[in-house]
Amino acid sequence: MPTQSFTSCTNCGPITVDVKDGKVVRVRPLVIEDGDLKPWTIRAGGKSYSPPKKVTLAPYVHAERNRLYSDDRIRYPMKRVDFDPNGERNPQNRGKSGYVRISWEEALDIVAGEIKRVQGAYGRSALAAMTSSHHNWGLVGYKMSAFSRFFNFLGYTQVFDNPDSWEGWHWGATHSYGFLWRLGMPEPYDMLEDALQHAEMIVFWSNDPDTTRAVYDGSDAAIWRQWLKDKGVAMAFIDPFYNHTAAAMKGKWLAPRPGTDAAVALAIAYVWIGEGTYDKQYIADRTIGFDEFRDYVMGVKDGVPKTPAWAEAESAVPARKITALAREWASKRTVLSAGCRGGEGGACRAAYATEWARLMVLLQAMQGLGNPGISIWGTSMGAPWNSKVWFPGYGDLEGRIATSTKVARRIPENKVPQKLYRLSLPDAILDPPVHWKGVGFCNKNFEQQFIPFTYPMEGCSEVRMFYRYGGSFMSTMNDTSKWVRMYQSPKLEFVVNQDCWWSTETAHADIILPACTSLERDDIGEFGEPGGQTKGGSSGCNYRVVVRLKKAIEPLWESKSDYRIFTDLAEKLGFKEDYTEGNSDLDWARKFFEISDLPKYISWEEFDRKGYYVINVPDDYQSTPALRWFAQGRPCDTPDPNNFKRGTAKANELGTESGKIEFASESLRRLAPQDEERPVSPRYIPSWEGHRSEMAKIYPLQLMSPHPRFSFHTHYDGHTAWLNEVPAHRVVKDGHAWWPARLHPEDATARDIRTGDIVRLYNERASVLCIAQVTERVRPGVVHSYASAGKYDPLQPGNPRSPDRAGCVAMLTSGRQLSQNAAGMASNSCLIDVEKWVG
Amino acid sequence: MTTYGMVIDVSRCTGCYNCFLACRDEHVGNDQRPIAASQPESGHKWIDVLEHERGKLPRVRVDHVPLPCQQCKDASCVSRAPDGAVYRREDGIVIIDPEKAKGHPQIVASCPYRVIHWNAAEQVAQKCTFCAHLLDQGWKEPRCVEACPTEALVFGDLDDPTSRISQLLKSKATEELHPEFGLAPSVRYVRLPKRFVSGEIALADRMSEPAAGVRVTLHDGTKAHDGATDLYGDFAFDELDAGASYRLRIAAPGYRPREIDIGARKDVDLGTIVLEPVSAGTP
Repeated sequence: MPTQSFTSCTNCGPITVDVKDGKVVRVRPLVIEDGDLKPWTIRAGGKSYSPPKKVTLAPYVHAERNRLYSDDRIRYPMKRVDFDPNGERNPQNRGKSGYVRISWEEALDIVAGEIKRVQGAYGRSALAAMTSSHHNWGLVGYKMSAFSRFFNFLGYTQVFDNPDSWEGWHWGATHSYGFLWRLGMPEPYDMLEDALQHAEMIVFWSNDPDTTRAVYDGSDAAIWRQWLKDKGVAMAFIDPFYNHTAAAMKGKWLAPRPGTDAAVALAIAYVWIGEGTYDKQYIADRTIGFDEFRDYVMGVKDGVPKTPAWAEAESAVPARKITALAREWASKRTVLSAGCRGGEGGACRAAYATEWARLMVLLQAMQGLGNPGISIWGTSMGAPWNSKVWFPGYGDLEGRIATSTKVARRIPENKVPQKLYRLSLPDAILDPPVHWKGVGFCNKNFEQQFIPFTYPMEGCSEVRMFYRYGGSFMSTMNDTSKWVRMYQSPKLEFVVNQDCWWSTETAHADIILPACTSLERDDIGEFGEPGGQTKGGSSGCNYRVVVRLKKAIEPLWESKSDYRIFTDLAEKLGFKEDYTEGNSDLDWARKFFEISDLPKYISWEEFDRKGYYVINVPDDYQSTPALRWFAQGRPCDTPDPNNFKRGTAKANELGTESGKIEFASESLRRLAPQDEERPVSPRYIPSWEGHRSEMAKIYPLQLMSPHPRFSFHTHYDGHTAWLNEVPAHRVVKDGHAWWPARLHPEDATARDIRTGDIVRLYNERASVLCIAQVTERVRPGVVHSYASAGKYDPLQPGNPRSPDRAGCVAMLTSGRQLSQNAAGMASNSCLIDVEKWVG
Repeated sequence: MTTYGMVIDVSRCTGCYNCFLACRDEHVGNDQRPIAASQPESGHKWIDVLEHERGKLPRVRVDHVPLPCQQCKDASCVSRAPDGAVYRREDGIVIIDPEKAKGHPQIVASCPYRVIHWNAAEQVAQKCTFCAHLLDQGWKEPRCVEACPTEALVFGDLDDPTSRISQLLKSKATEELHPEFGLAPSVRYVRLPKRFVSGEIALADRMSEPAAGVRVTLHDGTKAHDGATDLYGDFAFDELDAGASYRLRIAAPGYRPREIDIGARKDVDLGTIVLEPVSAGTP
């Protein structure tokens, strides 16, 4: 048989999948016919910049074939050996007992039967279901689509997600510059052109875009940073870890202790105020509350001027370096690259991270945010981008079969009012009631951050059945040994897990359902474009490409598409026709194509044959740089569709209450005026788990665990053996692929630890075994080990106290939220010690 | 004629491993005879990425040097292999014949670049083929180059003066990796890491102020390299000869001069050098 090629799209790049004799033999960047790609050109400094005529991938996507056929695939429906739905359920053995293969018929009967039993006996709210993030791509199969449509028909207790990648921006920066509709991240439009034309310096602050890659955008932006480097743009990196972007770009490195970034920021403001090197006109015209902020910086009320020397005592960054950075920053047109999309770095996931994120906005306000070359830009989105052609993303209501009134005749409504919150879910099961504030993603108004919730809700049932789809949280949430405890609770009478691979939580279920990957089903989706709150995400790609995700091979073993699994369950439960409306997954995909603008440019048949459509930038493209309108006092002219002031009489305003940048926040003054942990004007507040904490006497090292470089959250790690040979990702020793923990030679020597030693990272919460990498790339006192290990491998299965040897360092982190009114997670406020592991 | 070669720009390599993983995808489990048997599931790195970490916090430098087979014109694997088991094609690509080379593990050791691997199951030595099986089907470049997001890897015909690679060779300074091996590789490098001496200067009486613009001079016995500290008080001398000895002289008006001897057998970061004011204490 000749080789056949199929198009598809992953969560980090579009691909061409070559199949021979029913087997995938090659996965490469999407092959696009010459002539379909029209590269844009940016002119700057007498040169022209155009991207290569190709798409790029994140590295792990090149290992998609390895992951597809992984030994870690869940092959068959499974039942825990000591689970009997009609007898002993033995919940205490979840995580410990093995599994036996069962038929799909038996599995579906048990799951459908349990849904009926539990909801019949306790009410609909007794069922909770939740997904993990982004384990596949495509508008039909995506978690918010097939999954939500199914559970909304049933009615269930929904679990709110927390904004886990950019907490401080969501809970903090929104109160300084709005962008609620982007959950606190700034608009990205045309920032590449702006930087190439105007920027003289980029300060990367807790940001490693070469690693986080604008989340979904392959490696397309890597070459932009090469252009900026070649142009001689000065670069500085503020991060306790000499991250991969720093390594690639060179430049200055300032390494503060984790959790002290806000002190460094205040000292920079101090230098600017003292030396008069800030934009006073901008402060007068475009901001409010500067006096209150200035008084705090200068120590007018508290008697503590926030000098570089003061910041040195907190951060261990020499005062002279802070001063030098402040001067260079003020003397040049400087981009503040604080986080991948404005978020994503470690500093925004730490105690009181709201303060750091707000200070990032305010520092740039002092330099004239929105003026040429003066931006908050992650260096990973904002290429020339054709906003005129509409295609939905999964973040848009129209991009989901659960919510799109255009593709579906009937939209199911979840009638259960009860909610859970991801971060407190284990506590809710183990020790109710639990309380929290906020609806998770608060994208409509400031009040949403303050809505109080209690579980269990009056009139609702406690959760008795948990339907888990995916299963990554042992290594992505906080203090996660409590997830094991939760699973072992007898309150959870029944647990299902549906996934493609054995993930960290999979082996805590009673029934396991094997899902297939997106290479084994039909779908449609746009490269890098989530839509909704991240509208314009595909501007991190050099080309907008809408892809037909084609079924390249039949589902492996006995796996089925998620849509098919939900269809089968809906049939057992009597609502198959309502769920599917007669559509196959391909039928739904075609409907998304038809409601989009694509039919104006290409027929379905042609699109389906080619497998992609490239939305090129038009010849007469006019750039509309982000926030330029605001700096110039004009109405918003960027294609930011969810900006709720755009097109109104207040179109020249930001999304804050005053419409200006708020050094003293009007929204906080109104909604939480007494909150000393997120005060009206931002402050430096020493971490509740940092170098000054009492706990540091016993556990003197600070663990930082940012997003990983060679895995998408957890989704490639652990199931993709080739990655085990990338030494920055895992290191094989004695037949086991260990997760690296990096520490400074000083700390290693003090503990007699050498590179390659197996070490135990530990505190009162957990023990995790890693392989040591001794390096000058972390500052003394800090251990760097990425979050998001794809496996959980306790030495004693089922014992939540057991050391894990898969690298789930999230088990070590505190479950405490950012601050009393900011229900985010603070993964990077974590004290541990490390010792050589002797078994 | 066509002679394939590669230019690797180390300053553009971010250590993303796209090349390594694309190579795995092409070759693991895929038999490409007569060019190559399939690569085993683990252990082989037909293109490796060597990470060099040098210097000290906060003046750390990390470079990544991609290392494929160098496709040497005078390849020692060709000359040392029996019966034409390793041969150089007309287009310059060196191929280990997966049949003829069976049972000759000495081929692995014949390469001083150490880019040849032993496939125990197939009993054959294996290495990068520049994806010759794809070039023979009309592909323009091997998988690693297609996968490279920053154009750190550039592939093409060295005999075609209009090719991108020929243009690059004209416009950029390139060098061989380990020219001392004398094997005439078809892979050339831009900006291979070179020795450096770096450090920071601070002023004892003004420790909170950056010591910008302080003159530093590095003498290597024959000539002096002039430099000055930057806005942060840091200095660096790059592109130094390996193995030479140096004397660093620091002169700041009002401060006692300093001289530091350095043996550049490795990269040296001198840390923070604190200058004492002339007036302070006795000379």
